[in-house]
Amino acid sequence: MPTASDSAAAPLIEMRNITKIYPNGVLADNDVSFEVRAGEIHALVGENGAGKSTLMKILYGMERPTSGQIYLRGAPVTIHTPHEAIALGIGMVHQNFMLVPSFTVAENIVLGTEPLRGAFVDKRAAVAATASLAQQYGLNVDPEAVVDVVPVGMRQRVEILKALYRGADVLILDEPTAVLTPQETHELFAAIRQLVNAGKTVIFISHKLREVMEISDRISVMRDARMVGTIDKRNADEHLLAKMMVGREVFLNIAKPPVQRGPVVLKVRDLEYATEAGVEALKHVSFNVYAGEIFGIAGVEGNGQTELVEVIAGLRAPLGGVIELEGKSIAGLPPRGVRQAGVAHIPEDRLTNGVALESSIQENLIVDRYEREPFTRGGFLRPSEVARNGEVLIEQYAIRTPDGALPVGSLSGGNMQKVVVARELSSRPKLLIAAQPTRGVDIGATEFMHEQLVKARNAGVAILLVSADLSEVMSLSDRLAVMHAGRIVAIFPTTNGLTEEEVGLYMLGTKTMTQAEIERNW
Amino acid sequence: MDQALQVIFSATFIAAVLRVSTPILLPALGGLISDLGGVVNIALEGIMLTAACAGVLISVATQSEWPGLLAGVVMGVLMALVLAFFHLNLKADLILAAIAINILASGGTIFVVFLLTGDKGSTSALVSKQMPFVEIPIIKDIPVIGPIVSGQNLLTYVAFIAVVLVAVFLYRTRAGIHLRAVGENPEAARSVGINVRAQQYLALGLSGLLAALGGVYLSMGYVKFFARDMTAGRGFIALAAIFLGGKTPWGTMIAALVFGAAEALSVQLGNLRIPNQLVQMIPYVATLVALVIYALVQRQRAIARQRKFRQTQTVAVGS
Repeated sequence: MPTASDSAAAPLIEMRNITKIYPNGVLADNDVSFEVRAGEIHALVGENGAGKSTLMKILYGMERPTSGQIYLRGAPVTIHTPHEAIALGIGMVHQNFMLVPSFTVAENIVLGTEPLRGAFVDKRAAVAATASLAQQYGLNVDPEAVVDVVPVGMRQRVEILKALYRGADVLILDEPTAVLTPQETHELFAAIRQLVNAGKTVIFISHKLREVMEISDRISVMRDARMVGTIDKRNADEHLLAKMMVGREVFLNIAKPPVQRGPVVLKVRDLEYATEAGVEALKHVSFNVYAGEIFGIAGVEGNGQTELVEVIAGLRAPLGGVIELEGKSIAGLPPRGVRQAGVAHIPEDRLTNGVALESSIQENLIVDRYEREPFTRGGFLRPSEVARNGEVLIEQYAIRTPDGALPVGSLSGGNMQKVVVARELSSRPKLLIAAQPTRGVDIGATEFMHEQLVKARNAGVAILLVSADLSEVMSLSDRLAVMHAGRIVAIFPTTNGLTEEEVGLYMLGTKTMTQAEIERNW
Repeated sequence: MDQALQVIFSATFIAAVLRVSTPILLPALGGLISDLGGVVNIALEGIMLTAACAGVLISVATQSEWPGLLAGVVMGVLMALVLAFFHLNLKADLILAAIAINILASGGTIFVVFLLTGDKGSTSALVSKQMPFVEIPIIKDIPVIGPIVSGQNLLTYVAFIAVVLVAVFLYRTRAGIHLRAVGENPEAARSVGINVRAQQYLALGLSGLLAALGGVYLSMGYVKFFARDMTAGRGFIALAAIFLGGKTPWGTMIAALVFGAAEALSVQLGNLRIPNQLVQMIPYVATLVALVIYALVQRQRAIARQRKFRQTQTVAVGS
């Protein structure tokens, strides 16, 4: 309700009654109104497919609304191309970076509007402009480094600087933390605050509620193409936001019956691994995973978790040590051998390692067993069996698709995740390795994932869970290990009474358990 | 063996290398621009052949080399733009369209020559013109250097000057930088307002221009007639030179010189008592060997780059 009391609080951007219907008939935004005040950090949250990205693409001129009007400082504007958006001072940092890898940071920042000296591009001026811009906003980058070799966090700062260099007053950040480590996220948040102090306005798209609560001033929630509402942060909490997003009560806390621990399923002793480049990624890693428990591994990413998972799954060969599944060695077996021994693996990077994007859903559901009966007989694949299996699993795991013969790439992130889970759990594993199972998926899919893991655990499957999300790994795990610099530095026999701060000290390497303590908790 | 060494370490041999490298270097520079623009032009061979033929025929008709040069260049650029139109506007596969152009050029040139002369092999019956050979004052009198550098065909000088021009264009001008950005990440280029299609037209057009100069040199400098399939794979060796040269103008020049040396050697050794067939293989074997070496070097580099990347990653995590 606009009042005359405070004209400074009048919206900088107002999107009124925006409706977007795509040519294929999909209703992405349904009569959505959204306003942003100058100088605020405004979070736009919603599940995947809720319409928040489309809304921002409309604001940035990448999509045209079917109906509705945008106002900038009270005046109606039309934005048909990103160029026009930039001219109006609106910049966007995309989730997948728009950078030229072989160019330097400075070259990327000035790309398209390079400073000239005579007929030639003035590289020194580009470097100087980059350095002063970086200094001004506290966004630390190396102007002369080639983008190809700089870390992801710096690439993101380059993208932000690129928008600022073009004179952006409003920055749209599309899920900026999805690709960042916790440290990089902290740095990003500090930079965002500095931008706002310098008079910029930030729109922050996310579905990570904890981050939203940490960084934003106001929060707008979308669901099913509609705007549910906008609230001040001080009136919000994670639970309320989750409810607004999903439209029903969400159980962020996982209910699970007491653990019924069975015999040892996975035994890992003195596992050693070094990358091709000679970096020691795993050093004397030892632990057990028992039937019917979730054994969690916490740690800052890049401390050996990825390598540990891939060595156990057979994707990398260990340098030394023991990996036994129910007493039989699986160390050094190829992935198929490991799988046939009873290991299922939900990989960390599902788009590359979890599914074949252009193959159908049905086909993806049998890639680990296509050569066996009933899918193959006499050397030939039997499409009817493949389709039948697909139908059963699509039903059972509530994969939302009109047809199992569609390519997996046509599914949303959460449903792609379900395809992987359906395949892995339907192989009736003894051990399930779940690596970052809820990365990049929304609340609904996260809830589903947690349910499935707990269900498998209750059914007696041994589960090795690796997650960078500390609250997730702490609430799901029955026992918790912490990795630091390629070593297991702690194993807690229970997560009851454990605090994130306590675990954090081990993650940072400031505290370690003695070898005897760790061995007691194997 | 002594004879062979004598051949290699003579001024005439080095002069020959420059002469023989020219029709590899020019299309290679063109191919380099197209490759960096993300639209690698494998029709270099056909464009050269067409330009070589058009140049000779027009120089015969006008009895002057300059209209011939102009005709060759115009034909080359036109063919490249046809390729661009098929690929960029009609969305035809770039490789298939380029193969079609190569086949068309091979058959089309000799068809036109046959119509005009009744000869299916060459235009040697016609009196065609040659681009001028240039004696450089002062330099021509310096011992050793003089005979190498001076007295080359005009287009040979053009080729080596083009190396500098292409380098300046690609790395110092807006158009060149935008062209490389388009080749590497078209989405990124588009998002900052660069017209991707226009840049790719430019890349293919320039590749056609440079390949055409190479073709005109072959028929109006290197020799003084057009013959069936006279490019003899130079347009493809040029592609190899681009990769071998690490996709840089200077590297491409060095690679073109290496291939040129191999070919010059095969010409010189032809005078000795070595089987002709063996000697004629030299340029092609050199290409193969060079590509194998290139692949090995690339692998080493990739490993080194990975290592560097990992280091920056660990530094970032540690900070």
